[in-house]
Amino acid sequence: MSEAQDYKYIGQRTIRPDGYDKVTGRANYAADLALPNMIWGKVLRSPHAHAKIKSIDTSAAEAHPDVFAVATHADIPNQRNPGALNILAKDKALYHGHAVAAVAARTEQAAEEALGLIKVDYEVLTPVMNLDDAMAPNAPLIHDQLFTNGLPEKPSKPSNVASRMEMSKGDIEAGFKEADIVIEREFRTPTVHQGYIEPHACTVRYDADGQSMIWCSTQGHFDVRGSTANMLNIEHSKLKVIASEIGGGFGGKTTVYIEPVAMILSRKSGRPVKIQMDRDEVFKGSGPASATRNKVKIGARKDGTITAMEAHLYYESGAFPGAAPLGPGCMTIFTPYDVENQYVEGFDVVVNKPKVAAYRAPGAPQSEFACEMVINELADELGIDPIDFRLKNAAKEDTQTLYGPKLKAVGLVECLEAAKSSPHYQSALEQGVGRGVAAGFWFNIGGVSSVIINMNPDGTGTVLEGSPDIGGSRASMQMMAAEELQLPIETFTTIIPDTAHLAHNDTTGGSRTTFATGMAVIEAAADVVRQFKERAAAVWNVTPEQVQWTDGVAINANGEDKMTAAEICANAGRTGGQITGRGNINARGAGPSFGVHIADIKVDRETGKADVVRYTAIQDAGKAIHPSYVEGQYQGGAAQGIGWSMNEEYIYNKDGLLENPGFLDYRIPLASDLPMIETIIVEVPNSFHPYGVRGVGETGIIPPLAACGTAVSKSIGIRMTELPLSPPRILKAIQEAS
Amino acid sequence: MVSVVYEAPDSIQDAVKLLATSKVKANVLAGGTDLLVQMRGQHEPRLIVDVKKIASMMAANVSADGVALGPAVPSAELSARDDIKAIFPGLVEAAYLIGSTQVQGRCSVGGNLCNSSPAADTIPALIANRAQCVIEGPDGERTVAVEDFVTGVQRNCMTKGELLTMIKLPQPAPRTSDAYLRFIPRTEMDIAVAGAGVSITLGEDGTCTDARVAIGAVAVTALLVPEAAAALIGSKLDDAALQAAADAASAASKPITDRRGTIEYRKHVVGVLVKRAAKIAAERAGG
Ligand SMILES: Cc1cc2nc3c(=O)[nH]c(=O)nc-3n(C[C@H](O)[C@H](O)[C@H](O)COP(=O)(O)OP(=O)(O)OC[C@H]3O[C@@H](n4cnc5c(N)ncnc54)[C@H](O)[C@@H]3O)c2cc1C
Repeated sequence: MSEAQDYKYIGQRTIRPDGYDKVTGRANYAADLALPNMIWGKVLRSPHAHAKIKSIDTSAAEAHPDVFAVATHADIPNQRNPGALNILAKDKALYHGHAVAAVAARTEQAAEEALGLIKVDYEVLTPVMNLDDAMAPNAPLIHDQLFTNGLPEKPSKPSNVASRMEMSKGDIEAGFKEADIVIEREFRTPTVHQGYIEPHACTVRYDADGQSMIWCSTQGHFDVRGSTANMLNIEHSKLKVIASEIGGGFGGKTTVYIEPVAMILSRKSGRPVKIQMDRDEVFKGSGPASATRNKVKIGARKDGTITAMEAHLYYESGAFPGAAPLGPGCMTIFTPYDVENQYVEGFDVVVNKPKVAAYRAPGAPQSEFACEMVINELADELGIDPIDFRLKNAAKEDTQTLYGPKLKAVGLVECLEAAKSSPHYQSALEQGVGRGVAAGFWFNIGGVSSVIINMNPDGTGTVLEGSPDIGGSRASMQMMAAEELQLPIETFTTIIPDTAHLAHNDTTGGSRTTFATGMAVIEAAADVVRQFKERAAAVWNVTPEQVQWTDGVAINANGEDKMTAAEICANAGRTGGQITGRGNINARGAGPSFGVHIADIKVDRETGKADVVRYTAIQDAGKAIHPSYVEGQYQGGAAQGIGWSMNEEYIYNKDGLLENPGFLDYRIPLASDLPMIETIIVEVPNSFHPYGVRGVGETGIIPPLAACGTAVSKSIGIRMTELPLSPPRILKAIQEAS
Repeated sequence: MVSVVYEAPDSIQDAVKLLATSKVKANVLAGGTDLLVQMRGQHEPRLIVDVKKIASMMAANVSADGVALGPAVPSAELSARDDIKAIFPGLVEAAYLIGSTQVQGRCSVGGNLCNSSPAADTIPALIANRAQCVIEGPDGERTVAVEDFVTGVQRNCMTKGELLTMIKLPQPAPRTSDAYLRFIPRTEMDIAVAGAGVSITLGEDGTCTDARVAIGAVAVTALLVPEAAAALIGSKLDDAALQAAADAASAASKPITDRRGTIEYRKHVVGVLVKRAAKIAAERAGG
């Protein structure tokens, strides 16, 4: 573990800089911008899950006196853009809620009326709503030219299976032969949504001179610029995207839905256009996570050594081939285990549901759920404590992963040990309570970040970073700048300017921001230090090498001279101009984060209702820059994972229509549904980051599925295999068993 | 332009007159926690008659006859009334289950009843307690037993110009108490998958001498289940009697399968709730 006393500023629990805005309501979110002469856009959505669009007649809508513009797929300038078919449907509506047309009118009400005037001639087709139906021999085809990729030979017939992938190491057959016990199980997980509180909204303006602007809620405004510019043939320099304050994203705001539509409507009408999804549209028209069916087989020797691990994964992609996070599902499933013989096969399957989007550790919760459930069952069969069983087989430094690299120093063993000695795991179980433990692995990513630090004449500094702050990163950036410059945290203000003020930044995702953008901040701060030394050296008439930067002060190594940052900045105009630090990097060496969760659940055997009575999340942060935010990530991930396990699911009727597009019946956990989630921060430094940071945002959603799945199974004495563990499902299992 | 006219009369007579003579759709407004939600996205002209300025609608009086409950009394106020809670703890619990803290400040038992949802939480508790609905309209006043008030999904026996002016809860016999339980998959902010209101009267020796059992969210309207009550009356509320009441409730229920639960699940759970509510009511009646 790294030593906190090495650092002056990082590792503190400072007051969050965005707190005041959010608490007072001053923060401006996506729906908060209104412009003069602005009109309202609304989207017409398919009432069918699967239908041919024979024609769209917009004439009556266009004739409406308050309507300024109508848009359909035909209005998208670059129809080859891979996202264009989801933005506005072309020949086929592929899911209930698929955008088909849009209007912009003087008022929201007029826009709504005009939607009712658009006549779409649909030929309704049989919907394909789950993996079993999609892969049935005579399944209706969603795309008649979809031939499975990745098979040894190109198939002769199209199907709903978009692709197949395979990974292996060692000798899987030999591995199972060595085993004394082999367990094979199949698991299912439902379609779930990220459930961010703030619906998608944007205000967009396209001016007559070709300049344009988007204000929206996004995890990556540079990518909003990239995809909208590409779809609409606009140069990047002419499209400015401003990221509003964001009310949650969890991966769901890494893509565009309404922004290009609003731009088309603005271009056609010459007016600023605002589009705001309502909650119903968010559930129907944005991107949920894949439903899956996963089969896992694991073999072990009596002494607890795992000899072979095999998985066959089926991921729904929604209606768009290749959207499922199948790769990460295959790559992560067995990574917590240092086992020589591993084999994974995965399939990406299309169904008539919305195009799958990223959701916190995309693809990993589903596959790791299956693996961890079997690991727990094996531990029980072998009579070994589930933590000891994992410790015996745990991945560590130099473990060869299935997907390529060998692991560097990682913290799985440390997390397992922390879990084992935690007050929670040491506590006795009450009658009727089941306990589940599960591990989780997520890679984390680095990527492109561009940061500028402008030093002001009074010695304060403004950090400009391009990663929308969904988890408290502005605070962490401020702290890392302070640490590197050895200046008080309050010296710095962090802002996230629009796309015109910084070079490109990758989207906030993959738990990359504190790691990668943090590294860019450190680099920019080092650039400032270098210039501070140069300026002081110039005044003292020495070389920069003769100047030290210590405790936020320049010191002349040859004498007694000192110069503060404020003095250097006040003088900057006379020593060569104002000082700007720059950090434009492509961060490599993201450190994986392992986590271990413990869940205690009590089931009411008469109603099937399961209550989480105690929960602990343990995870490796590398180095926690702001421990409260890190704990918040652990708790948030756990809460979402518990929701995924217990009650959340898209419910479709027999016609493929979504029956629960709202928070009343799409049941995310309420505060009162959860115990206080206890956290333990483990710190095994990532050697690639100056302070040892690993991303922490995603791993926390992975272990809850199997921790809860196991805890419920233990509480009722029945092995559950399908999520969510809703009261009717649990009751049914109890009744069938008795 | 669409116009919504808002009136807040201070007498029942004025309210009846406004409702009876309105040329556009007219709605009574109590707390508005159903009505305002239902009005979202609707743009037709309408008259809103707020009854919260009418003193009797907002008062709850306890007397030897029982409780005269103003239909618009907010749940938060009801929950603070220890005198009412002492007599009808189950009814107050049902009112307390509605919505969140914010909703509690507005929502009313009268609104819950007049909205006439199959899943309304207070209706089974009102039925268990033999509540009577006083209705006033252009043709005068009439009284209807609460189990006859609701006639279908979001339908009730009131006609144009009528409004609910009082909910009368007769004083229960000595050693009587009630309980209401509902099942939701979460802890709050959800709609009942099933609900059960039970009132129990105990004799000196602990034998159940009278009972009323009502169930909610398992049929088009809340149901009074005399068979379940019959299973309890005469027993000492032993496990067999409780199970018989549960089975009677399950048998009487006519639920549907929807996104909130299946037929089988609802039939089973409503029985469990009856059993548990009967136990709680009996404990209270004996205490
Ligand atoms: C977030 C939320 C959570 C909720 N949770 C629950 C819950 O858990 N359980 C539950 O049962 N309900 C719930 N509800 C629904 C609602 O809050 C209740 O039905 C509440 O009791 C309605 O009372 P109100 O005073 O607000 O009614 P209002 O909305 O004012 O009125 C409801 C209906 O009754 C009519 N009406 C009202 N008073 C009279 C009268 N005196 N005479 C004639 N007609 C009248 C109105 O015209 C309207 O049609 C919830 C609602 C919300 C918004």
